[in-house]
Amino acid sequence: MRILVVGGGTGGTIIANNLARRLSAELRTGKVSLTMLSASDRHMYQPGLLYVAFGQMMPDTLYRDQASLLEASIEFHVDPVKHFMLDERRVKTQSDRVFDYDILVIATGSRMVPEEIPGLVEGSETFYSEAGAIKMYKALRNFKGGRVAIVVGVPHKCPIAPVEVTFSLHDYFKTRGIRDKVEIKYHYPINRIHSIENVAKWAKPEFDRMGVAYETLFNLKEVDVQNKVIHSEEDTEYAYDLLISIPAHRGMAVIEENRLGQAGWIPTDRHQLTMEGYDNVYVLGDTTNLPVSKTGSAAHFEAEVIADNIASIVKIGTPVREYDGKVYCFIEAGHDQATYAMFNYLNPPDLKPANKSMHWFKMSYNQMYWSSVRGLL
Amino acid sequence: MSEVKVIDACNTFCPGPLMELITYMKQAQIGDTLELLSTDQGSAADVPEWVEKVGHQMVGSEKIGDVWHIKVRKAK
Ligand SMILES: Cc1cc2nc3c(=O)[nH]c(=O)nc-3n(C[C@H](O)[C@H](O)[C@H](O)COP(=O)(O)OP(=O)(O)OC[C@H]3O[C@@H](n4cnc5c(N)ncnc54)[C@H](O)[C@@H]3O)c2cc1C
Repeated sequence: MRILVVGGGTGGTIIANNLARRLSAELRTGKVSLTMLSASDRHMYQPGLLYVAFGQMMPDTLYRDQASLLEASIEFHVDPVKHFMLDERRVKTQSDRVFDYDILVIATGSRMVPEEIPGLVEGSETFYSEAGAIKMYKALRNFKGGRVAIVVGVPHKCPIAPVEVTFSLHDYFKTRGIRDKVEIKYHYPINRIHSIENVAKWAKPEFDRMGVAYETLFNLKEVDVQNKVIHSEEDTEYAYDLLISIPAHRGMAVIEENRLGQAGWIPTDRHQLTMEGYDNVYVLGDTTNLPVSKTGSAAHFEAEVIADNIASIVKIGTPVREYDGKVYCFIEAGHDQATYAMFNYLNPPDLKPANKSMHWFKMSYNQMYWSSVRGLL
Repeated sequence: MSEVKVIDACNTFCPGPLMELITYMKQAQIGDTLELLSTDQGSAADVPEWVEKVGHQMVGSEKIGDVWHIKVRKAK
Protein backbone atom coordinates (compact mmCIF):
# COMPACT_ATOMS: atom_id res chain seq x y z
CA MET A 1 0.00 0.00 0.00
CA ARG A 2 1.46 3.37 -1.07
CA ILE A 3 0.52 6.28 1.20
CA LEU A 4 1.29 9.78 -0.07
CA VAL A 5 1.05 12.86 2.17
CA VAL A 6 1.02 16.20 0.34
CA GLY A 7 1.93 19.08 2.67
CA GLY A 8 4.50 19.15 5.46
CA GLY A 9 2.87 21.60 7.84
CA THR A 10 1.05 20.90 11.08
CA GLY A 11 -1.50 18.40 9.75
CA GLY A 12 0.71 16.54 7.27
CA THR A 13 3.61 16.15 9.70
CA ILE A 14 1.45 14.77 12.52
CA ILE A 15 -0.25 12.29 10.19
CA ALA A 16 3.02 11.08 8.67
CA ASN A 17 4.72 10.59 12.05
CA ASN A 18 1.66 8.87 13.55
CA LEU A 19 1.47 6.54 10.57
CA ALA A 20 5.20 5.79 10.72
CA ARG A 21 4.75 4.58 14.30
CA ARG A 22 1.49 2.72 13.85
CA LEU A 23 2.73 1.01 10.68
CA SER A 24 6.39 0.49 11.66
CA ALA A 25 6.26 -3.27 11.04
CA GLU A 26 4.52 -2.87 7.67
CA LEU A 27 7.02 -0.18 6.65
CA ARG A 28 9.95 -2.43 7.60
CA THR A 29 8.70 -5.35 5.55
CA GLY A 30 7.82 -3.14 2.57
CA LYS A 31 4.09 -3.91 2.76
CA VAL A 32 3.54 -0.15 3.10
CA SER A 33 5.45 2.88 1.79
CA LEU A 34 5.03 6.37 3.22
CA THR A 35 6.06 9.44 1.23
CA MET A 36 5.69 13.15 1.98
CA LEU A 37 5.87 15.92 -0.63
CA SER A 38 6.13 19.48 0.61
CA ALA A 39 6.83 22.95 -0.70
CA SER A 40 9.51 23.83 1.85
CA ASP A 41 12.45 22.23 3.65
CA ARG A 42 11.54 24.29 6.72
CA HIS A 43 8.58 24.06 9.08
CA MET A 44 7.28 27.23 10.69
CA TYR A 45 5.40 27.43 14.00
CA GLN A 46 2.92 29.99 12.69
CA PRO A 47 1.27 31.01 16.01
CA GLY A 48 4.68 32.43 17.01
CA LEU A 49 4.18 35.26 14.49
CA LEU A 50 1.86 37.04 16.94
CA TYR A 51 4.78 37.31 19.39
CA VAL A 52 7.19 38.43 16.63
CA ALA A 53 4.79 41.30 15.87
CA PHE A 54 5.24 42.56 19.46
CA GLY A 55 9.01 42.00 19.69
CA GLN A 56 8.57 39.07 22.09
CA MET A 57 10.05 36.34 19.86
CA MET A 58 12.73 36.36 17.20
CA PRO A 59 11.61 34.91 13.85
CA ASP A 60 14.46 32.38 13.59
CA THR A 61 13.15 30.59 16.70
CA LEU A 62 9.93 29.69 14.83
CA TYR A 63 11.62 27.31 12.38
CA ARG A 64 12.90 23.73 12.34
CA ASP A 65 14.24 21.69 9.42
CA GLN A 66 11.29 19.65 8.22
CA ALA A 67 13.40 16.52 7.75
CA SER A 68 14.47 16.66 11.42
CA LEU A 69 10.80 16.42 12.49
CA LEU A 70 10.07 13.26 10.52
CA GLU A 71 10.49 9.60 11.43
CA ALA A 72 13.28 7.95 9.44
CA SER A 73 10.87 5.63 7.62
CA ILE A 74 9.17 8.57 5.87
CA GLU A 75 10.52 9.32 2.39
CA PHE A 76 10.56 13.12 2.22
CA HIS A 77 10.90 15.31 -0.88
CA VAL A 78 10.76 19.07 -1.20
CA ASP A 79 8.94 19.02 -4.51
CA PRO A 80 5.52 20.68 -4.53
CA VAL A 81 2.66 18.99 -6.33
CA LYS A 82 1.52 20.76 -9.50
CA HIS A 83 -1.05 18.28 -10.81
CA PHE A 84 -3.48 16.07 -8.93
CA MET A 85 -4.79 13.23 -11.14
CA LEU A 86 -7.21 11.72 -8.65
CA ASP A 87 -8.88 9.30 -11.05
CA GLU A 88 -5.47 7.83 -12.01
CA ARG A 89 -4.34 7.90 -8.36
CA ARG A 90 -1.21 9.89 -9.10
CA VAL A 91 0.30 13.34 -8.68
CA LYS A 92 2.92 15.17 -10.72
CA THR A 93 5.36 17.54 -9.06
CA GLN A 94 7.12 20.77 -9.97
CA SER A 95 10.19 18.76 -11.05
CA ASP A 96 7.95 16.62 -13.29
CA ARG A 97 8.21 13.54 -11.11
CA VAL A 98 5.20 11.29 -10.91
CA PHE A 99 4.08 9.68 -7.64
CA ASP A 100 1.44 6.94 -7.68
CA TYR A 101 -0.52 6.21 -4.52
CA ASP A 102 -3.23 4.04 -3.06
CA ILE A 103 -4.12 6.52 -0.31
CA LEU A 104 -3.59 10.27 -0.66
CA VAL A 105 -3.61 12.83 2.16
CA ILE A 106 -3.93 16.51 1.24
CA ALA A 107 -2.80 19.05 3.85
CA THR A 108 -1.59 21.99 1.81
CA GLY A 109 -2.88 24.71 4.17
CA SER A 110 -4.12 28.16 3.21
CA ARG A 111 -2.75 31.55 2.17
CA MET A 112 -3.85 35.09 2.84
CA VAL A 113 -5.08 37.12 -0.13
CA PRO A 114 -4.86 40.80 0.92
CA GLU A 115 -4.49 41.74 -2.77
CA GLU A 116 -8.22 41.07 -3.20
CA ILE A 117 -9.07 44.25 -1.25
CA PRO A 118 -7.92 47.49 -2.92
CA GLY A 119 -5.31 49.26 -0.81
CA LEU A 120 -4.94 46.55 1.83
CA VAL A 121 -1.42 45.43 0.87
CA GLU A 122 0.02 48.95 0.83
CA GLY A 123 -2.15 50.34 3.60
CA SER A 124 -2.01 47.81 6.41
CA GLU A 125 0.27 45.89 8.73
CA THR A 126 -0.32 42.19 9.18
CA PHE A 127 1.39 39.56 11.31
CA TYR A 128 0.31 36.62 9.12
CA SER A 129 3.77 36.26 7.52
CA GLU A 130 7.30 36.55 8.87
CA ALA A 131 8.09 39.69 6.86
CA GLY A 132 4.71 41.18 7.83
CA ALA A 133 5.19 40.51 11.54
CA ILE A 134 8.63 42.17 11.55
CA LYS A 135 7.30 45.16 9.62
CA MET A 136 4.34 45.44 12.00
CA TYR A 137 6.66 45.46 15.01
CA LYS A 138 8.70 48.29 13.49
CA ALA A 139 5.51 50.24 12.76
CA LEU A 140 4.33 49.75 16.35
CA ARG A 141 7.67 50.88 17.73
CA ASN A 142 7.57 54.07 15.67
CA PHE A 143 3.96 54.78 16.58
CA LYS A 144 3.63 57.77 18.89
CA GLY A 145 -0.15 57.86 19.21
CA GLY A 146 -3.34 58.17 17.16
CA ARG A 147 -6.05 55.89 15.82
CA VAL A 148 -5.36 52.18 15.42
CA ALA A 149 -7.91 50.18 13.40
CA ILE A 150 -8.12 46.37 13.34
CA VAL A 151 -9.89 44.79 10.36
CA VAL A 152 -10.74 41.14 9.74
CA GLY A 153 -11.32 39.32 6.42
CA VAL A 154 -13.47 36.22 5.91
CA PRO A 155 -12.49 33.41 6.07
CA HIS A 156 -9.15 33.51 7.86
CA LYS A 157 -7.05 31.02 9.75
CA CYS A 158 -6.83 31.25 13.54
CA PRO A 159 -10.21 32.83 14.34
CA ILE A 160 -8.97 33.78 17.80
CA ALA A 161 -6.23 36.05 16.40
CA PRO A 162 -8.41 39.19 16.08
CA VAL A 163 -9.15 39.32 19.80
CA GLU A 164 -5.61 38.26 20.73
CA VAL A 165 -3.97 41.02 18.72
CA THR A 166 -6.38 43.55 20.24
CA PHE A 167 -5.50 42.53 23.80
CA SER A 168 -1.81 42.58 22.89
CA LEU A 169 -2.04 46.06 21.35
CA HIS A 170 -3.64 47.38 24.53
CA ASP A 171 -0.89 45.87 26.71
CA TYR A 172 1.87 46.96 24.34
CA PHE A 173 0.83 50.62 24.34
CA LYS A 174 0.24 50.51 28.10
CA THR A 175 3.76 49.20 28.68
CA ARG A 176 5.13 51.98 26.49
CA GLY A 177 3.17 54.49 28.57
CA ILE A 178 1.21 55.86 25.58
CA ARG A 179 -2.09 53.99 25.90
CA ASP A 180 -3.88 57.28 26.66
CA LYS A 181 -2.66 58.66 23.32
CA VAL A 182 -3.98 55.68 21.34
CA GLU A 183 -7.54 54.99 20.23
CA ILE A 184 -8.02 51.29 19.38
CA LYS A 185 -10.99 50.36 17.20
CA TYR A 186 -11.84 46.77 16.39
CA HIS A 187 -13.93 45.94 13.31
CA TYR A 188 -15.59 42.55 12.89
CA PRO A 189 -17.61 41.06 9.99
CA ILE A 190 -20.63 39.65 11.88
CA ASN A 191 -23.01 41.14 14.43
CA ARG A 192 -20.99 40.37 17.54
CA ILE A 193 -17.31 40.81 18.33
CA HIS A 194 -16.38 37.16 17.80
CA SER A 195 -17.80 34.30 15.78
CA ILE A 196 -18.01 32.06 18.87
CA GLU A 197 -20.82 33.44 20.98
CA ASN A 198 -19.19 32.63 24.31
CA VAL A 199 -15.91 34.21 23.22
CA ALA A 200 -17.86 37.33 22.21
CA LYS A 201 -19.63 37.37 25.59
CA TRP A 202 -16.31 37.03 27.39
CA ALA A 203 -14.37 39.54 25.29
CA LYS A 204 -16.96 42.36 25.16
CA PRO A 205 -16.70 43.44 28.83
CA GLU A 206 -12.91 43.08 28.55
CA PHE A 207 -12.87 45.43 25.54
CA ASP A 208 -15.09 47.86 27.48
CA ARG A 209 -12.75 47.71 30.46
CA MET A 210 -9.71 48.38 28.23
CA GLY A 211 -11.45 51.19 26.37
CA VAL A 212 -11.35 49.38 23.03
CA ALA A 213 -14.05 50.63 20.65
CA TYR A 214 -15.72 48.19 18.27
CA GLU A 215 -17.88 48.14 15.18
CA THR A 216 -19.61 44.93 14.13
CA LEU A 217 -21.04 44.06 10.70
CA PHE A 218 -17.96 45.61 9.12
CA ASN A 219 -16.72 43.78 6.01
CA LEU A 220 -13.80 45.62 4.50
CA LYS A 221 -14.41 46.88 0.95
CA GLU A 222 -11.35 49.05 0.39
CA VAL A 223 -8.57 51.00 2.01
CA ASP A 224 -8.12 54.58 0.86
CA VAL A 225 -4.37 54.61 1.47
CA GLN A 226 -3.88 58.27 0.60
CA ASN A 227 -6.47 59.59 3.03
CA LYS A 228 -6.01 56.70 5.49
CA VAL A 229 -9.68 55.72 5.59
CA ILE A 230 -11.19 52.22 5.59
CA HIS A 231 -14.55 51.64 3.88
CA SER A 232 -16.91 48.75 4.56
CA GLU A 233 -19.30 46.82 2.32
CA GLU A 234 -21.95 48.06 4.75
CA ASP A 235 -21.16 51.67 3.78
CA THR A 236 -19.41 52.83 6.92
CA GLU A 237 -15.91 54.28 7.20
CA TYR A 238 -13.20 55.02 9.73
CA ALA A 239 -10.10 57.20 9.54
CA TYR A 240 -6.98 55.54 10.94
CA ASP A 241 -3.35 56.30 11.59
CA LEU A 242 -2.25 52.66 11.81
CA LEU A 243 -4.18 49.82 10.20
CA ILE A 244 -3.72 46.22 11.39
CA SER A 245 -5.31 43.58 9.19
CA ILE A 246 -6.08 39.90 9.32
CA PRO A 247 -6.70 39.40 5.61
CA ALA A 248 -9.14 36.93 4.10
CA HIS A 249 -7.70 33.57 3.08
CA ARG A 250 -8.00 31.03 0.28
CA GLY A 251 -6.67 27.52 -0.06
CA MET A 252 -3.47 27.12 -2.08
CA ALA A 253 -3.59 28.08 -5.78
CA VAL A 254 -2.72 24.49 -6.78
CA ILE A 255 -6.04 23.30 -5.30
CA GLU A 256 -8.00 25.82 -7.36
CA GLU A 257 -5.94 25.20 -10.51
CA ASN A 258 -6.67 21.46 -10.27
CA ARG A 259 -10.37 22.19 -9.61
CA LEU A 260 -10.35 20.30 -6.33
CA GLY A 261 -12.39 22.96 -4.57
CA GLN A 262 -13.72 26.48 -5.04
CA ALA A 263 -11.43 29.12 -3.54
CA GLY A 264 -9.04 26.29 -2.67
CA TRP A 265 -11.36 24.72 -0.08
CA ILE A 266 -11.80 21.00 -0.78
CA PRO A 267 -15.27 19.51 -0.16
CA THR A 268 -14.65 17.17 2.77
CA ASP A 269 -16.82 14.73 4.72
CA ARG A 270 -17.32 16.11 8.25
CA HIS A 271 -16.72 12.84 10.06
CA GLN A 272 -14.66 10.64 7.74
CA LEU A 273 -12.48 13.53 6.49
CA THR A 274 -12.44 12.04 3.00
CA MET A 275 -12.75 14.19 -0.10
CA GLU A 276 -16.25 14.14 -1.55
CA GLY A 277 -16.34 11.44 -4.24
CA TYR A 278 -12.97 9.86 -3.34
CA ASP A 279 -12.81 7.37 -0.46
CA ASN A 280 -9.03 7.04 -0.82
CA VAL A 281 -8.33 10.79 -0.53
CA TYR A 282 -8.18 12.33 2.96
CA VAL A 283 -8.20 16.08 3.56
CA LEU A 284 -7.32 17.96 6.72
CA GLY A 285 -6.32 21.28 8.18
CA ASP A 286 -6.93 24.64 6.59
CA THR A 287 -7.68 23.34 3.09
CA THR A 288 -10.93 21.53 3.98
CA ASN A 289 -14.25 23.27 3.39
CA LEU A 290 -15.44 22.07 6.81
CA PRO A 291 -17.34 24.48 9.04
CA VAL A 292 -14.50 24.15 11.55
CA SER A 293 -12.00 26.83 12.54
CA LYS A 294 -8.84 26.82 10.46
CA THR A 295 -6.37 26.14 13.24
CA GLY A 296 -3.37 23.97 13.97
CA SER A 297 -5.47 22.49 16.72
CA ALA A 298 -8.19 21.29 14.32
CA ALA A 299 -5.47 19.97 11.98
CA HIS A 300 -3.95 18.08 14.92
CA PHE A 301 -7.19 16.36 16.02
CA GLU A 302 -8.11 15.60 12.41
CA ALA A 303 -4.64 14.13 11.83
CA GLU A 304 -5.06 11.73 14.75
CA VAL A 305 -8.37 10.46 13.35
CA ILE A 306 -7.03 10.06 9.82
CA ALA A 307 -3.83 8.32 10.97
CA ASP A 308 -5.85 5.84 13.03
CA ASN A 309 -8.13 5.20 10.06
CA ILE A 310 -5.39 4.72 7.48
CA ALA A 311 -3.53 2.40 9.87
CA SER A 312 -6.68 0.38 10.49
CA ILE A 313 -7.39 0.17 6.76
CA VAL A 314 -3.93 -1.34 6.33
CA LYS A 315 -4.38 -3.73 9.27
CA ILE A 316 -8.05 -4.75 9.14
CA GLY A 317 -9.35 -3.24 5.92
CA THR A 318 -11.69 -0.62 7.39
CA PRO A 319 -11.60 2.78 9.16
CA VAL A 320 -12.35 2.85 12.90
CA ARG A 321 -12.80 6.48 13.93
CA GLU A 322 -14.82 9.59 13.14
CA TYR A 323 -13.88 13.24 13.65
CA ASP A 324 -16.23 15.02 16.08
CA GLY A 325 -15.19 18.57 15.22
CA LYS A 326 -12.87 18.92 18.20
CA VAL A 327 -10.81 22.11 18.51
CA TYR A 328 -8.82 23.44 21.49
CA CYS A 329 -7.57 27.01 21.21
CA PHE A 330 -5.54 29.00 23.66
CA ILE A 331 -6.62 32.64 23.83
CA GLU A 332 -3.90 35.09 24.82
CA ALA A 333 -5.65 37.91 26.70
CA GLY A 334 -2.72 40.32 26.61
CA HIS A 335 0.92 39.81 27.52
CA ASP A 336 0.52 37.95 30.80
CA GLN A 337 -2.90 36.27 30.87
CA ALA A 338 -4.73 33.68 28.79
CA THR A 339 -7.75 31.43 28.67
CA TYR A 340 -8.87 28.73 26.24
CA ALA A 341 -11.83 27.57 24.14
CA MET A 342 -12.53 23.87 23.65
CA PHE A 343 -15.48 22.77 21.52
CA ASN A 344 -16.68 20.32 18.93
CA TYR A 345 -19.55 20.09 16.44
CA LEU A 346 -22.15 19.71 19.19
CA ASN A 347 -20.78 21.42 22.30
CA PRO A 348 -19.91 25.11 22.45
CA PRO A 349 -16.91 26.29 24.50
CA ASP A 350 -17.35 27.39 28.08
CA LEU A 351 -14.98 30.31 28.60
CA LYS A 352 -13.16 30.68 31.94
CA PRO A 353 -11.75 34.03 33.13
CA ALA A 354 -8.20 34.57 31.84
CA ASN A 355 -5.35 33.88 34.26
CA LYS A 356 -1.58 33.86 34.40
CA SER A 357 -1.12 30.09 34.52
CA MET A 358 -2.92 29.59 31.19
CA HIS A 359 -0.57 32.17 29.69
CA TRP A 360 2.45 30.20 30.93
CA PHE A 361 0.86 27.00 29.65
CA LYS A 362 0.57 28.62 26.22
CA MET A 363 4.21 29.80 26.42
CA SER A 364 5.23 26.20 27.21
CA TYR A 365 3.07 24.90 24.37
CA ASN A 366 4.97 27.21 22.01
CA GLN A 367 7.95 24.89 22.68
CA MET A 368 5.94 21.68 23.08
CA TYR A 369 4.62 22.16 19.53
CA TRP A 370 7.75 20.47 18.20
CA SER A 371 6.98 17.32 20.21
CA SER A 372 3.38 17.57 19.11
CA VAL A 373 4.18 17.55 15.37
CA ARG A 374 6.58 14.66 15.93
CA GLY A 375 3.47 12.82 17.07
CA LEU A 376 4.74 12.47 20.66
CA LEU A 377 2.03 14.51 22.41
CA MET B 1 -32.42 30.34 -13.13
CA SER B 2 -29.15 29.36 -11.48
CA GLU B 3 -29.04 26.43 -9.07
CA VAL B 4 -29.42 27.19 -5.35
CA LYS B 5 -26.14 26.57 -3.54
CA VAL B 6 -26.72 24.93 -0.14
CA ILE B 7 -24.34 25.75 2.71
CA ASP B 8 -24.57 23.29 5.57
CA ALA B 9 -23.63 25.23 8.70
CA CYS B 10 -25.61 23.02 11.09
CA ASN B 11 -23.89 22.08 14.33
CA THR B 12 -20.93 24.39 14.13
CA PHE B 13 -19.72 27.05 16.53
CA CYS B 14 -16.68 28.39 14.75
CA PRO B 15 -16.61 30.05 12.31
CA GLY B 16 -20.41 29.77 12.55
CA PRO B 17 -23.30 30.19 10.11
CA LEU B 18 -23.04 33.89 9.25
CA MET B 19 -19.28 33.64 8.66
CA GLU B 20 -19.94 30.65 6.39
CA LEU B 21 -22.53 32.64 4.46
CA ILE B 22 -20.15 35.60 4.03
CA THR B 23 -17.42 33.21 2.79
CA TYR B 24 -19.66 31.63 0.15
CA MET B 25 -21.26 34.94 -0.80
CA LYS B 26 -17.82 36.18 -1.87
CA GLN B 27 -17.47 33.17 -4.20
CA ALA B 28 -20.97 33.58 -5.70
CA GLN B 29 -22.03 35.59 -8.75
CA ILE B 30 -24.53 38.46 -8.60
CA GLY B 31 -28.01 36.95 -8.90
CA ASP B 32 -27.04 33.61 -7.31
CA THR B 33 -29.18 32.32 -4.45
CA LEU B 34 -27.54 30.67 -1.44
CA GLU B 35 -29.43 28.57 1.08
CA LEU B 36 -27.90 28.54 4.54
CA LEU B 37 -28.77 25.64 6.85
CA SER B 38 -28.29 26.50 10.51
CA THR B 39 -29.16 24.98 13.87
CA ASP B 40 -28.16 28.22 15.61
CA GLN B 41 -31.30 30.02 16.80
CA GLY B 42 -29.48 33.34 16.41
CA SER B 43 -29.19 32.91 12.64
CA ALA B 44 -32.88 33.74 12.07
CA ALA B 45 -32.19 37.30 13.22
CA ASP B 46 -28.45 37.67 12.54
CA VAL B 47 -28.54 36.77 8.86
CA PRO B 48 -31.38 39.14 7.78
CA GLU B 49 -29.72 41.97 9.75
CA TRP B 50 -26.47 41.54 7.81
CA VAL B 51 -28.23 40.96 4.48
CA GLU B 52 -30.15 44.19 4.86
CA LYS B 53 -27.16 46.23 6.03
CA VAL B 54 -24.88 45.06 3.25
CA GLY B 55 -27.56 45.30 0.54
CA HIS B 56 -28.22 41.70 -0.57
CA GLN B 57 -31.76 40.27 -0.76
CA MET B 58 -33.56 37.92 1.62
CA VAL B 59 -35.49 35.31 -0.38
CA GLY B 60 -36.96 33.37 2.51
CA SER B 61 -36.44 31.97 5.98
CA GLU B 62 -38.19 28.97 7.50
CA LYS B 63 -37.57 26.46 10.25
CA ILE B 64 -37.97 22.82 9.28
CA GLY B 65 -37.51 20.56 12.29
CA ASP B 66 -34.49 21.95 14.15
CA VAL B 67 -32.93 23.51 11.09
CA TRP B 68 -33.29 27.06 9.78
CA HIS B 69 -33.31 27.26 5.98
CA ILE B 70 -32.36 30.82 5.07
CA LYS B 71 -32.25 31.82 1.41
CA VAL B 72 -30.35 34.89 0.29
CA ARG B 73 -29.75 36.35 -3.19
CA LYS B 74 -26.47 38.09 -3.95
CA ALA B 75 -27.38 41.57 -5.16
CA LYS B 76 -24.04 43.37 -5.44
C1 LIG C 1 -0.38 34.45 13.02
C2 LIG C 1 -0.98 33.10 13.17
C3 LIG C 1 -1.37 32.67 14.43
C4 LIG C 1 -1.93 31.40 14.59
N1 LIG C 1 -2.28 31.01 15.86
C5 LIG C 1 -2.79 29.77 16.04
C6 LIG C 1 -3.10 29.31 17.36
O1 LIG C 1 -2.90 30.02 18.35
N2 LIG C 1 -3.62 28.07 17.49
C7 LIG C 1 -3.83 27.25 16.41
O2 LIG C 1 -4.29 26.12 16.61
N3 LIG C 1 -3.56 27.66 15.15
C8 LIG C 1 -3.04 28.89 14.94
N4 LIG C 1 -2.73 29.32 13.66
C9 LIG C 1 -3.16 28.51 12.49
C10 LIG C 1 -2.29 27.34 12.17
O3 LIG C 1 -0.94 27.70 12.03
C11 LIG C 1 -2.78 26.69 10.88
O4 LIG C 1 -4.17 26.55 10.94
C12 LIG C 1 -2.14 25.32 10.68
O5 LIG C 1 -0.77 25.47 10.45
C13 LIG C 1 -2.82 24.57 9.54
O6 LIG C 1 -2.18 23.36 9.31
P1 LIG C 1 -2.15 22.72 7.84
O7 LIG C 1 -1.39 21.45 7.96
O8 LIG C 1 -3.50 22.72 7.27
O9 LIG C 1 -1.33 23.79 6.97
P2 LIG C 1 0.17 24.34 7.17
O10 LIG C 1 0.67 24.07 8.54
O11 LIG C 1 0.12 25.77 6.74
O12 LIG C 1 1.01 23.50 6.15
C14 LIG C 1 0.81 23.49 4.77
C15 LIG C 1 1.97 22.74 4.13
O13 LIG C 1 1.69 22.46 2.77
C16 LIG C 1 2.85 22.69 2.01
N5 LIG C 1 2.43 22.93 0.62
C17 LIG C 1 1.83 24.01 0.10
N6 LIG C 1 1.59 23.83 -1.20
C18 LIG C 1 2.04 22.59 -1.53
C19 LIG C 1 2.08 21.83 -2.72
N7 LIG C 1 1.63 22.30 -3.88
N8 LIG C 1 2.64 20.58 -2.67
C20 LIG C 1 3.12 20.08 -1.51
N9 LIG C 1 3.10 20.77 -0.35
C21 LIG C 1 2.57 22.01 -0.36
C22 LIG C 1 3.52 23.86 2.70
O14 LIG C 1 4.90 23.92 2.37
C23 LIG C 1 3.30 23.48 4.15
O15 LIG C 1 4.31 22.59 4.58
C24 LIG C 1 -2.12 30.56 13.46
C25 LIG C 1 -1.70 30.98 12.21
C26 LIG C 1 -1.13 32.23 12.05
C27 LIG C 1 -0.67 32.67 10.69
